[in-house]
Amino acid sequence: MVEVGVTLDPLVITILEPLIKSIVVVVALLTAYAYMTLAERYVVAKIQSRFGPNRVGRVGPIAVLQPVADAIKTIFKEDFIPAQADKIVYVIAPGIAVGTALLAWAVIPFNPPVTMAGYTITFQVADVNIAVLYLLAIGSLGVYGIVLGGWGANNKYSLLGGLRSTAQMVSYEVSLGLALVGVLMISGTLNLVKIVEQQSFWWFVFFQPLGFIIYCICAVAETNRLPFDLPEAETELVAGYHTEYTSLKFALFYMAEYINMLTVSAIAATMFLGGYQGPFGLLPGVHWLILKIAVFIFIFMWMRATLPRFRYDQLMRFGWKVLLPLALANVFVTAVLLVLLGK
Amino acid sequence: MDSIVFYLFAFITVVAAVGMVTLRNPVHSALSLAVVFVSLAALYVLLSAPFIAAAQVMIYAGAILILFVFVIMLLSPGVDRGVGALKWQRWFATVFGVALVVELALVLTTAVLPATRGSFTPERLAEIGDVQAVGALLFTDFLLPFEIMSLLLLVAMVGVIVLAKKRG
Amino acid sequence: MLTANHFIILSAILFGIGVVGVLVRRNPLVMFMSVELMLNAVNLAFVAFSRYLNNLDGQVFVFLVLTVAAAEVAVGLAIIVALFRTRATVDVDEISSLKG
Repeated sequence: MVEVGVTLDPLVITILEPLIKSIVVVVALLTAYAYMTLAERYVVAKIQSRFGPNRVGRVGPIAVLQPVADAIKTIFKEDFIPAQADKIVYVIAPGIAVGTALLAWAVIPFNPPVTMAGYTITFQVADVNIAVLYLLAIGSLGVYGIVLGGWGANNKYSLLGGLRSTAQMVSYEVSLGLALVGVLMISGTLNLVKIVEQQSFWWFVFFQPLGFIIYCICAVAETNRLPFDLPEAETELVAGYHTEYTSLKFALFYMAEYINMLTVSAIAATMFLGGYQGPFGLLPGVHWLILKIAVFIFIFMWMRATLPRFRYDQLMRFGWKVLLPLALANVFVTAVLLVLLGK
Repeated sequence: MDSIVFYLFAFITVVAAVGMVTLRNPVHSALSLAVVFVSLAALYVLLSAPFIAAAQVMIYAGAILILFVFVIMLLSPGVDRGVGALKWQRWFATVFGVALVVELALVLTTAVLPATRGSFTPERLAEIGDVQAVGALLFTDFLLPFEIMSLLLLVAMVGVIVLAKKRG
Repeated sequence: MLTANHFIILSAILFGIGVVGVLVRRNPLVMFMSVELMLNAVNLAFVAFSRYLNNLDGQVFVFLVLTVAAAEVAVGLAIIVALFRTRATVDVDEISSLKG
C-alpha cells in the first residue's frame, strides 16, 4: 500500500513515477523475452512433430531454466570485434536496436486508472497526445540498428543483408502507417489512452477489418520474421546483418527482434482489439492485454513453423504494388463511409 | 526547469552539429546529424509543437537520413581528404562562419520585425491538440500550398525513378 | 526564463555551422548534409517564432519545409548517385569538366 502524503515534492513525483513505471515495464519485457524464446522452441517443435528443449531444469516436461542456461552460454562466448570493422558503429548498433524496441512501450496503456489512498495511478509510462505518431517515429528509428549493424562489421554479406532488411522495413512502414490512419479517422484522436477507452464496447477491428489485415502483414515484415525474413535467412546471406556478432551483442540483436514482436503485437492489440478492454466491456484489465498479445505471438510462431519465405523481389513487389494500393483504398473507403454516415 | 532542458538539448545539438562537420568518416557524420535531428525534436516539444517534433523524427531522422546512409554505404567513399581547392579555405570558412553567426544573432535579436500575433497560446494548444490545430490550418488557410506539396512529391518521385535508372 | 532570443541564437549558430560545413567539406554527401542542417536551423527559428507569437503559421510552414526537404534530398541524392556512378570518385573538386 503506497502512502503518499502531502510531504512529497511534486517535482520528485514527476520524476519518480515514470521512472518506477519504466523499470517495471522493462523488467517485465525482459522476462517475457526470456520465456518467449523458450515458448517459441516448444511451439515450433510441436508443430513440426518433434521434442522441444527437455533437458535443463525440468518441471514436468517443461525446461523452465533453459533461458538461464542459454544466457550463461551466450555470455561466455568469445566477444571480439572484427579487424577493420568500424568500432563505434559496431558496438552501438545492437544498443540502438534494443533501445528503440524498448522505447515504444512508453505509451502503451496497460490498465484503466486505479485510485488508491487519494492518489490516481495511471498505467502507462507517459500519456502523450501524439502517442500514435510517437510509435511511428520510434518504428522509423528502429531501422538504424539494422543498417548500422550491417555496416559495422565490414563484411559484404552483412552489408547486403542490412541494406536489404532496411529497404524492406522502410517499404512496409508506409503501408503500416496508412493502415493505422483508418483507425485514427474513426477515433479522431492520436492519444492511445482515448483510443482504448473508445473501444469499450465495439473493438475497432469490426470497423476496420482490411486495415487490421494490412497492419498484421506489415507488422510481420517490420519485425523481419518469416515469411519476410529473407535478409537474415541462414541459407541466403549467412545470417544477414548479424553475421559478425557474437556473445552479448548478438543476444541484444536477438532480444531486439523479440521485443519488436511484442511491440507490434501490443500496438495491434491496443489499436484494433481494444487494449485492456474485454469483449463487450466486461472486466477491463491488464490480463486482457496480455491474452491478446499472447495470441499474436502464438500466430507469429505458428507462421514461422509453417510458411515458406518470400523471395526478395516478391517481397518488395508485394509491399509496393499490393499492400500500398490496398491501404490507400482502405483510407479512401473509410473516409467516404465516415462522411456518408455523418460521424 | 525549462531552461535546464533547453540548455541541455542546445548543448547536445551544437556538439553534434560540430561533430557532423568535422568527423572524417561520412557514416559518423550521418550519425551525428541523426543526434542533431532528435535533439531538435526535443526542443520542438519544449516549444509546444509536439506534432512537428514527431514529424521531424519520422521524416528527417527516419527517412531522409536513412536515405543518406544508404547512399553513403552504396558509394563507399573513403575518408575525406578535407583539403579544398584553395589552400586557406578552411580558416577563411571558419572566420566567415563565425562572422555570419554573430551578425545573424545581433540582427535578429535587436531588430523589430513585423509579425502578426495569433490566438494559439500553449494552453489553448494543449486543449485542442496541436495536430488538430495544424491540420485545420492546413486544410483551410493553407490548402493551396498543401496541394502543391503533394504535386511536388509526385514530381520528385518520378524524377528520382528516372534519374536512378541504369541506361540501356 | 526562456525567450525567443535563446532559440534565435541557437538557430543562428546551427546555420553558421552548416555554412562552414558546406564550405569546408569536399565530400558531396557531407555537403548535402550540411545544407540539411541549415534547413533545420531555419525550422527551429520558425517554430520558436510560432511559439512566442502564438501564431500557428510558423508550424504549418515548418511542415511544408519538411516535405520540400524530403523531396529535395531524394532528387539530390539521385543526382549524386548518377554522377558518381560514372566517375568513381567522391570529391567535388574533381567534377569540374564543365569549366573553361
